[in-house]
Amino acid sequence: MQLELSAEDAAFREEMRTFFTTKIPQEIRDKVAERRELTKDDIVTSQRILNEHGLAVPNWPVEWGGQDWSPLRRHIWHEEMQRACVPLPLAFNASMVGPVIAQFGSQELKERFLPKTANLDIWWSQGFSEPDAGSDLASLRTTAVLDGDEFVVNGQKTWTTLGQHGDWIFNLVRTDPEAKKQRGISFLLIDMTSPGVTVRPIELIDGGHEVNEVWFEDVRVPQDNLVGELNAGWDYAKFLLGNERVGVAPVGATKRVLAQAKEYAGDQLQDPLTAARFAELENELLALELTALRVVAHSADGKPHPASSVLKLKGTELQQAVSELVVDLAGPASLASGAGDDDSDLPGWARRATPVYLNLRKASIYGGSNEIQRQIIAKTILGL
Amino acid sequence: MDFTYDDEQQALREAVRGLVGKAYADFETRRRTVAEDPGFDEGLWQRLAEMGVLGLPFHEEDGGSGAGPVEVAIVAEEMGRVLAPEPFLTSVVLAGGLVAAAGFADQRAEVLGALSGGESVLAFAHAEPGTRWTDDATSVTATNSGDTWTLSGTKEPVPHGARADLLVVSAALPDGGTGLFLVDPTADGVTRNGYATHDGGRAARVVLDDAAGVPLGDGGDATATIATVLDIGRVMACNEAIGAMEFQLRGTTEYLKSRKQFGVTLNTFQALNFRAAEMYVSLEMAKSLTTWATMVLDAGKPDQMAVAASRAAVGVSRAGRHIGQEAIQLHGGIAMTAEYSIGSYTSHLTALDHLLGDGDHHLRVLAASVGDHEEFDPLS
Repeated sequence: MQLELSAEDAAFREEMRTFFTTKIPQEIRDKVAERRELTKDDIVTSQRILNEHGLAVPNWPVEWGGQDWSPLRRHIWHEEMQRACVPLPLAFNASMVGPVIAQFGSQELKERFLPKTANLDIWWSQGFSEPDAGSDLASLRTTAVLDGDEFVVNGQKTWTTLGQHGDWIFNLVRTDPEAKKQRGISFLLIDMTSPGVTVRPIELIDGGHEVNEVWFEDVRVPQDNLVGELNAGWDYAKFLLGNERVGVAPVGATKRVLAQAKEYAGDQLQDPLTAARFAELENELLALELTALRVVAHSADGKPHPASSVLKLKGTELQQAVSELVVDLAGPASLASGAGDDDSDLPGWARRATPVYLNLRKASIYGGSNEIQRQIIAKTILGL
Repeated sequence: MDFTYDDEQQALREAVRGLVGKAYADFETRRRTVAEDPGFDEGLWQRLAEMGVLGLPFHEEDGGSGAGPVEVAIVAEEMGRVLAPEPFLTSVVLAGGLVAAAGFADQRAEVLGALSGGESVLAFAHAEPGTRWTDDATSVTATNSGDTWTLSGTKEPVPHGARADLLVVSAALPDGGTGLFLVDPTADGVTRNGYATHDGGRAARVVLDDAAGVPLGDGGDATATIATVLDIGRVMACNEAIGAMEFQLRGTTEYLKSRKQFGVTLNTFQALNFRAAEMYVSLEMAKSLTTWATMVLDAGKPDQMAVAASRAAVGVSRAGRHIGQEAIQLHGGIAMTAEYSIGSYTSHLTALDHLLGDGDHHLRVLAASVGDHEEFDPLS
């Protein structure tokens, strides 16, 4: 039992902190700090700087740009990025399709895609959810039928986050309609400029355009774009979703927003009720952060600590609760969400508070909804 | 950063489990034990002394074994797991802790030697009617005539105050501040009324009327020492609660898997399983805070101990209420009975919550300083 980081890990933390606060452009980090929307260029610029220094995809195999770090160092890297307001490497590339290709793809696929994926030369979109396949993902209906050496893809994907920027999309498609539902699914990479691919924006309750529908009409996809084995896609998807749960608790970012909220609060912090709300959230975030550290410390042998499922559940609840607090701190100023900088005397954070709050309702739905997480805890951990 | 117990610590846990866990493996044994005074098993107390548990936190020259907070926490957790009624927390950690922190060498050797050896049960008489978890004493006052001190006033509730062989009493000093005194409870001027607490524990009203007291150490203001020992006690109470909550969660899941209604086991119903899952979340969050606070004590950073104790106390208070209430609800009527263990755990968690400051008390402490820092970093 020891509280402190080892001298080596403390030095590593300092190194990360220095890098993130000096090498990533201030104007990009300011946008993150002020919770303003990032452009595609901001995200690409930031990831390329990270990649240039081996810091974009440390979770990948070393030969493809990864780092031979302990789970604790990976955790420190992830937390310090959030703390420094650095946009995280695009999850679709860095945590989703990259590790799948590295683990299950052919040598040819690896060489063709991994370097460009790490450097964000290719912007990946995720083609998993469908209108009738949400939490029950395996009920997906988009089909891919082999015709010569090409698949012909038909169907519709939805909730495709930032699909408007997408160059390529990784899809779960049904390749064997006769098999039991999980067994007839394959993992297919599709060039989004292919004829028959249509991306349509979905307007969300925060007024933003973050997600899309993606339609496939007789899209012809070379057979070479299949990852791994035919009809083994569900295993790859489970691998991907397992990776997704680890980084999905945004501890550092939520802590940072809470710290900023103290500034927003100003004199309101003198109000005992407001101060108590801050103190309670801060304490729960501490418990979450410590739980993440316990998970990290105990996953060194490769097996994830059972408490990891707590992270997604509690992490997103706290992220949402902090965004709710910021709306309440903004008070009536939160109504001015439609005002531009020149049209309003009210501070930007207050004007952005409610759109952020509304947007973050998604957090307990995506990445395996929190009800799915409760199901995992009940079944896998408690044996219920 | 390392959350693992070493081999010796594991061995200690196994040993305590082998003794206390075995003694109270059958809940009926605990029921019988707490039904009669002194409310705990004197024989088991002796065996704990023989095992070295009662002297665990004290220096070897004071008759102890010089172990650290992590070891003490392991004992507390295992006591909590079986709801052991022996006064480890109040007698060893609190009263003994004060003697260790404030006493002269000869006082420490005598008092802690007897405590460690199981010959003497100590009690800390601190709470006064009308006070709520203060570090100082107000209505009990100390008066001196030369080197002789007498104490007057009422202390209540004093955990295990009626059974105690020696009292550590806090009292307001004539020139301000709070002093600590050793009081022989059989001496003139001391009247004790003992009673059972709702969880099967024991407490007492201790009325002092010009009772003789021997200053602990130099007899000066000990408010800061009291505060620190109370903080250590808080963290150990959290560890005890973790053991109790782990038992409640396990008991609840076992019950959901075995109890049949409508022709099926209760775990057929997702509404119930989800509530058990939420109990697990609460437990893990509380465990993280408690383990961390224990490590803060272990690192010996006095400036961080108070904050760590309050943070753990808030988390454990919230979790204890959640888990304790849900454990009863998910069992249904059976958990309302004294015969079945689960409900008694909720009673004990409620007692622990109110022994050294409940969740709101500690949240108030944290809220008062929430504007003093940007963010809280447990790693620096």
